[in-house]
Amino acid sequence: MLYREAGDFKTSYAKDQQTFPILFDRWGYFIMLALAFIVGPMIINDYWLNAVVLPFLIYSIAALGLNILTGYCGQVSLGTGGFMAVGAYASYKLMTSFPDLNIAFVIILSGGVTALVGILFGLPSLRIKGFYLAVATLAAQFFLVWLFNKVPWFYNYSASGQISAPERTIFGYAISGANALPHISYLFCLTFVVILAWGARNLTRGANGRKWMAIRDMDIAAEIIGVNPLKTKLTAFAISSFYIGIAGALLFAVYLGAAEVGEAFGITKSFLVLFMIIIGGLGSIFGSFAGAAFMILMPVLLKNIFVGQMGWPTDLAAHMEFVIVGGLIMVFLILEPHGLAALWRTAKEKLRLWPFPH
Amino acid sequence: MKFTKLTAIAVAASMLAGPTMAELVFPSLSYRTGPYGANGIPFADGYSDYFTLVNERDGGIGGEMTKVVECETAYNTEKGVECYESTKGMGSLVYQPLSTGMTYQLIPKVTADDIPMHTMGYGRTSAANGKVFSHVFNYPANYWNGASVAVNHVLDVNGGDIAGKKIALVYHNSAYGKEPIRTLEELAKKHNFELSLLAVDHPGQEQKSQWLQIRREKPDYVFMWGWGVMNQVAIQEAANIRFNMENFIGIWWSGSENDVIPAGDAANGYKALNMHAVGNDFPVFDDIQKYVVDAGKAAGAGDQVGTVLYNRGMYAAMLAVEAAKTAQGIHGTANITPAMMRDGMEALEMTADKMAGLGMAGFGPEFAVSCENHGGPGLSSVTQWDATAKSWSQISDFSPSDNDVIGKLIMEDSAAYAAENNIEEGCK
Amino acid sequence: MSANFYYGIEVFLNGLMAGVMYSLVALGFVLIFKASGIFNYAQGVMALFAALCLVGFQSGQIPFAHVINATFGTEIHHFGWHMPALLAIVCTLMMMILFAFLVEKFVLKHLVNQEPIILFMATIGLAYFMEGFGDLMWGSDIKKLDVGIPQGGNLWLEENTAFLGGDDFYGFYIDNLDIWATIFAAILVTALILFSQYTKTGRALRAVADDHQAALSVGISLRVIWVIVWSIAGFVALVAGIMWGSKSGVQFSLSLIALKALPVLMLGGFTSIPGAIIGGLIIGVGEKMFEFLIGAPFLGGATENWFAYMLALLFLVFRPQGLFGEKIIERV
Repeated sequence: MLYREAGDFKTSYAKDQQTFPILFDRWGYFIMLALAFIVGPMIINDYWLNAVVLPFLIYSIAALGLNILTGYCGQVSLGTGGFMAVGAYASYKLMTSFPDLNIAFVIILSGGVTALVGILFGLPSLRIKGFYLAVATLAAQFFLVWLFNKVPWFYNYSASGQISAPERTIFGYAISGANALPHISYLFCLTFVVILAWGARNLTRGANGRKWMAIRDMDIAAEIIGVNPLKTKLTAFAISSFYIGIAGALLFAVYLGAAEVGEAFGITKSFLVLFMIIIGGLGSIFGSFAGAAFMILMPVLLKNIFVGQMGWPTDLAAHMEFVIVGGLIMVFLILEPHGLAALWRTAKEKLRLWPFPH
Repeated sequence: MKFTKLTAIAVAASMLAGPTMAELVFPSLSYRTGPYGANGIPFADGYSDYFTLVNERDGGIGGEMTKVVECETAYNTEKGVECYESTKGMGSLVYQPLSTGMTYQLIPKVTADDIPMHTMGYGRTSAANGKVFSHVFNYPANYWNGASVAVNHVLDVNGGDIAGKKIALVYHNSAYGKEPIRTLEELAKKHNFELSLLAVDHPGQEQKSQWLQIRREKPDYVFMWGWGVMNQVAIQEAANIRFNMENFIGIWWSGSENDVIPAGDAANGYKALNMHAVGNDFPVFDDIQKYVVDAGKAAGAGDQVGTVLYNRGMYAAMLAVEAAKTAQGIHGTANITPAMMRDGMEALEMTADKMAGLGMAGFGPEFAVSCENHGGPGLSSVTQWDATAKSWSQISDFSPSDNDVIGKLIMEDSAAYAAENNIEEGCK
Repeated sequence: MSANFYYGIEVFLNGLMAGVMYSLVALGFVLIFKASGIFNYAQGVMALFAALCLVGFQSGQIPFAHVINATFGTEIHHFGWHMPALLAIVCTLMMMILFAFLVEKFVLKHLVNQEPIILFMATIGLAYFMEGFGDLMWGSDIKKLDVGIPQGGNLWLEENTAFLGGDDFYGFYIDNLDIWATIFAAILVTALILFSQYTKTGRALRAVADDHQAALSVGISLRVIWVIVWSIAGFVALVAGIMWGSKSGVQFSLSLIALKALPVLMLGGFTSIPGAIIGGLIIGVGEKMFEFLIGAPFLGGATENWFAYMLALLFLVFRPQGLFGEKIIERV
């Protein structure tokens, strides 16, 4: 009824190609943004922020980054955890070496450092393809974790190798450290998410994105029509690592507050983010968010139902969580192999015609 | 975004159904699953069973019933955050995260939220300096005490002279495993022994290189800072190269039944440190049998009673209960708050009479906590595994560690933390 | 010759042995990838599940005891029998075949003709599911696995080689368990090769591996073949689970052995059984020698994990399809 395009005429190419071609969608999007920015900070509390919202926002950034590389450019990466660690340690070193540097710049610079590291480990992609490329990124994963664990300079020679985020403020409000205010860190992360998602959306539908997709679909053919594979693959690695580095820096500085490389940025993290984008949908901005939401919220939701509502012993609940999450992944794939994003698209198609499908 | 909504409903509902505030809430951030689940289970069982015992036998603490809120972390720091946030609003009195990573993360948070945290034999060692870490306690012993006691044990065996001996440290390549290195290095200087370090990466299923190296270099003693599967493999490999088990000493987290049973008879004679007694030869276990196990109220499968890690969980719970009693005494109210609990922990005094009264005579060392010293005296004992009887036995008393060396290190490390985070020293 | 030289040889030999252990895990991956083009993420969890079942049957544990106790307030734990190891292995095999059948019926059947990445994702779901299910069924405490394979250094070898290197050399050390693992691996690979060369089903397997559609068109049932392949992979997982589980006990961490197999796969190629073996040997020797010569003396140790991948990466730069992978022919 409401959700339709009748009467919504496009009179220019720009209008035809906009991200949300349907008026209702467009409004929905702006209203959601407004709600997130205005109502969100008013109702957010510690539990919501730390248990659900912050990890969701931060992993969304990581998923966006990986989706650029894997979903759009077709380069499988299992080094996400390692690249997040680069972002985290870069932000730690920057924060402790330049105490007066604004935290926002610290985070962005950390992303930049990660981008450089990403380019370095992206070089083998010119030669190695498909699943085999995973080995290059896995090498990055294990090597980086080992490096941060081994070289004391990275953790400022502390006794145990743990890094802790000192308190930093933005506009006078604490973002990191113990006295961080929930709504400020929420707004801080949300701003990053919105800007980065907007950037990703526009990058992927511009010339760069088209080149990435050409490489993904068939690299030799792309080369023949004049896409430079070196430049294209490396820009994908750089931008993807930039996103992932920012996610790592936020995860450490704003969310966890303290981290240890092997535990916080191990191989499991790489897999987790990869799962997010596959479940959410490869090559889809919405999919990155949907996948992050699924992998972050589902366990919390199930835990609250089993332990909070039904009073099960925690271990049974934890095992059931695995069984149900695993089962759901399989069911989703059988119903819709292209991820939650495709499910969403189908739903929208149906909605357009509703209530008169014929 | 439908999941957001679903979660919202579920979380909101679960919060409404939360417990009433009249009970004394002791959260248990346990891990019964994940890579370290096998070790998390007995600890969580022991922790929870002791509170059940206190409720059933004594009618709670000072008339207030206790309630243990368990939250599964799977040894994952992010799940730990969720657990902390979801339980801190329930009036949780003291946190015991049982993970070094989680401890580091919670130190600033608990301080800001005014809730005490007790990290018994793990966590940040320099938290023993109560002047800097006002809300963190790590009595009765920490890793650096452990390292020192292990060296002292070696000294005892060798008649006080270990100059020129070789000691190898096999450690979990993580914050936890790296803790004792600095202390051991200092002690190596002091006692002139040679120290070699062998890192084992998580999870530690493949340690051939390390043990071949040990076989080549023939150290006189091997110390181990391991956790989870690393312990079982290390003990098996040590047995395989026929290293003398009597010279193989693990930290308290490498000294449970779980670690030695898979190696069978080969593990006989393996030693481990401990900060409490082993076995179930204490009157309190009769009470646990009567009030908890036989009543069908045991946590988990109820088959862990008397194992090393069960005892540790129970000991941690006992110390928490005693601290709560102390707090009730100080503030003259039975319904204490987390802030009062902190005062109670700071004034905690464990005497032999007190432990005997609880049916736990000699279960742990005697110690007193003060505002300056949150770590206690750092007493620890050595235990040894008997593979035929399948039991640990305590082979030394709770003996002191080298506080000259450790005290200095604690001051250095805590001063660095204080400087980094602009903390003013308390306890003036 | 100095003792260090002989120790180098010792490290080399142990690297070979470790390589065999990695190959055992990698084999399972290769079998499934060859027959169905699925990168089976759940292989590690299958090894854990198989080992859990084996120990469970052997010690007469009641499946789901904890669930039943928690739901009905009963106190049951054991049937009170002790099954001989061989019988327990047979029972576990039955379980793995049943598992293969169920996977085919409920998952793979519905995902025919999907892209590899989606099938990969389905196995991730499967891994999660089995991880929880295995723990629900048998509990997550640590269990001792003993099927009678001897462990410990081989004394005979040690005593008879000690004369080689003078006083500082104590003879070659090789673990009996590793020797047995090598024997089992050799038997396993020979059996697999014989099976695929000389039996009708084996030939059908190879036909499916070559071309799904052509195989279908000559009347080979894909579904039956998949059940068979997953059963064999289940069997390989059981062998890997026994070998690794004997060393560390059976517990959650056993599922992480899959990580050790990844560089082996990358190096040997996903589609070659000899590749899995030789890749394993190269990785095993490479990482142990690197740790011995460079890692431990100069870099502070624990270098094995990343060096395995670096080594695989180095090989791949020269041979992008892996050592034994099928040549990649690209057409536009």
